[in-house]
Amino acid sequence: MSDTFDSKPADTTAGLSRRSLLQGTAGMAGILASGMSPAIGQEKITLRYLGTAVNQDKAIGDKFEKDTGIKIQYVAVTTDDVTKRAVTAPNSFDLIDTEYFSLKKIVPTGNLKGIDVKKIKNADKITPLFTTGTVAGKAVGDQGTAPKKVIYLEGEKSKVFAKSPTQFMSLIPTVYNADTLGIRPDLIKRPINSWAELLNPEFKGKTAILNIPSIGIMDAAMVVEAMGLYKYPDKGNMTKAEIDLTIKTLIEAKKAGQFRALWKDFNESVNLMASGEVVIQSMWSPAVTAVRTKGIACNFQPLKEGYRAWAAGFGLPATLSGRKLDGAYEFINWFLDGWAGAYLNRQGYYSAVLDTAKSKMEAYEWAYWMEGKPATQDIKSPNGDVLAKAGQVRDGGSYEARMGGIACWNAVMDENEYMVRKWNEFVAA
Amino acid sequence: MSSTSTATAGPVADSPNRTLHAWWQAAPFTLVFVLFFLIPLALIVMVSFWDFNEYELLPAFTLRNYFAIFEGCSTLTEHGDFCVSLSTYLSTLKFSLLVWLITLVLGFAVAYFLAFHVRSSGMQTALFILCTVPFWTSNVIRMISWVPLLGRNGLVNQSLQGIGLIDQPIEWLLFSDFSVVLAFVHLYTMFMIVPIFNSMMRIDRSLLEAANDAGASGWQTLWNVIVPLCKTGIIIGSIFVITIVMGDFVTIGVMGGQQIASVGKIIQVQTSYLQFPLAAANAVILLAVVLMIIWGLTRLVDIRKEL
Repeated sequence: MSDTFDSKPADTTAGLSRRSLLQGTAGMAGILASGMSPAIGQEKITLRYLGTAVNQDKAIGDKFEKDTGIKIQYVAVTTDDVTKRAVTAPNSFDLIDTEYFSLKKIVPTGNLKGIDVKKIKNADKITPLFTTGTVAGKAVGDQGTAPKKVIYLEGEKSKVFAKSPTQFMSLIPTVYNADTLGIRPDLIKRPINSWAELLNPEFKGKTAILNIPSIGIMDAAMVVEAMGLYKYPDKGNMTKAEIDLTIKTLIEAKKAGQFRALWKDFNESVNLMASGEVVIQSMWSPAVTAVRTKGIACNFQPLKEGYRAWAAGFGLPATLSGRKLDGAYEFINWFLDGWAGAYLNRQGYYSAVLDTAKSKMEAYEWAYWMEGKPATQDIKSPNGDVLAKAGQVRDGGSYEARMGGIACWNAVMDENEYMVRKWNEFVAA
Repeated sequence: MSSTSTATAGPVADSPNRTLHAWWQAAPFTLVFVLFFLIPLALIVMVSFWDFNEYELLPAFTLRNYFAIFEGCSTLTEHGDFCVSLSTYLSTLKFSLLVWLITLVLGFAVAYFLAFHVRSSGMQTALFILCTVPFWTSNVIRMISWVPLLGRNGLVNQSLQGIGLIDQPIEWLLFSDFSVVLAFVHLYTMFMIVPIFNSMMRIDRSLLEAANDAGASGWQTLWNVIVPLCKTGIIIGSIFVITIVMGDFVTIGVMGGQQIASVGKIIQVQTSYLQFPLAAANAVILLAVVLMIIWGLTRLVDIRKEL
């Protein structure tokens, strides 16, 4: 999914409309300043944690500080900005939390240090989805930037990905999920089971698609395949001709008035759905939950073609050393130790080490979130909101059913520049 | 801007001492201007000629970015459209023109009312402040507040359906050219009102009396006396509105349902994909277009002289 993108602060968007030059300069100064901050005193260290807002939960930081005395200072930016800072200002953070597909841009710069799995206590318990690309022993789709393709580095200081498991990981996985279409069952009034429905003229003027090109085009590709127009060898790495075909399909649909809007921001998708402007759209699971908490029916609809998956993890900047490095390892170990995993699982995400998370969850919670069983009592979010009433079943069912149904992963294509140009053409059409 | 401040030093440069003072006075602003405008701008121009790949900028001199922007512009696309750059500029220009026209008429009318119909200066100030009230909230919030009003199940549609004027909700109220222009007008008419009002207040009232005495009709006075004397205000307001609309991508994004292209949006997308040189090249072209528009506008009136 990538609620990772949702946290775009409004002021960034607004500010850029004028002279982004000024802002850029100011931002640069900020980065320089934070990069050159004086060494932290011996007794207590603070880790600057660069990431999107998904994992940057105050409760997690507070709990970690209580457990270890190490302070976490969140630096919350959008996914795009995480990549940008990792590439341009690698000294401005001590720990990075980013998505696997960004690695194709970050790792070649040499700004990340391989993480020594020997120092990670639960490394061998990380779900095989990441290491071998399997769920319950069965291989899942590996189109796009599947984590198993980029999770190992050839060495600690390597700029290339290793083909087979090594001692060094690029990112230690933290959280992941599988995305699909969101629908308003009360307004559609019939079963939906295919991605092709997104471009079904029946919903003309009532559909929406994600306007983050690299993800939106994956959703579009799922639709193209579902409509039987074309079968991609790899949806996550299209050729120019394939990009042309995908965008052409989108443009034709747009000209026919298929889309009510495109959305870029988590809240936009919630508003579009809640207000009934659209009845079917690409959507992220927490956005569906947000619509539901308004008392409006909304399904995170499992589809026969499968899901588009995403995954994020922790990485270490190449220059990190000494006590801060130890602190970062301590944090990663703590994160995989169960408390944080259970916290994430209770929000509908999945944690990278399931065993430890299970030990910190109630049996009925585990049954609802992970086994796809009806809730035996009300399911509450970590901050106490009721997410599901007793008797309800999680959309998409069990962990195996959902993650086993992955068709492709969020990706960065080789033809990324061309893709972005064509996507702009779609927006301009 | 710094040139205006330094230029005023010219005519009064009687003694070398005074010239020196004038330079000192201009220095702080010049410094700010150089530091935060000229240097970044030079960097942008420089980067626009650089090459890049997925993860780094490659200092070089290449025209590749400019070629990429205009690639395919010699022919129409298979859908019969212009290439992305041309159609984006055309759509951006269309909005600029529409918004400029509407804000000009509205802004002029409001300023006229404030300047010539409201007699007491206390009332004038009060009404003027009233005009600025919307500016106490953020741009984005003012924009977003239109959404529930204009939506498919929004207030307007509900009311119209309620009184039986329409059976089906009107779809083009939201996420359309209409809603974009509406939001722009709502947001930026103020930028027209202020300079026009300002220049109207400087018009010598006896000129109007003279026109009246000479037998001019209301329209004749308006067209032959007031409009020419407000030209400065009109041009300044126009520059504000046109430059803002040309660079905007937030309003067009939010009110157009992200489905309407704008040059600013393309630049934003490119920067978020680390394609800085492409974005820089786009920014340079956009700047050139806007500067040409401003140059054209300033041909109509010598702002420096009028001020």
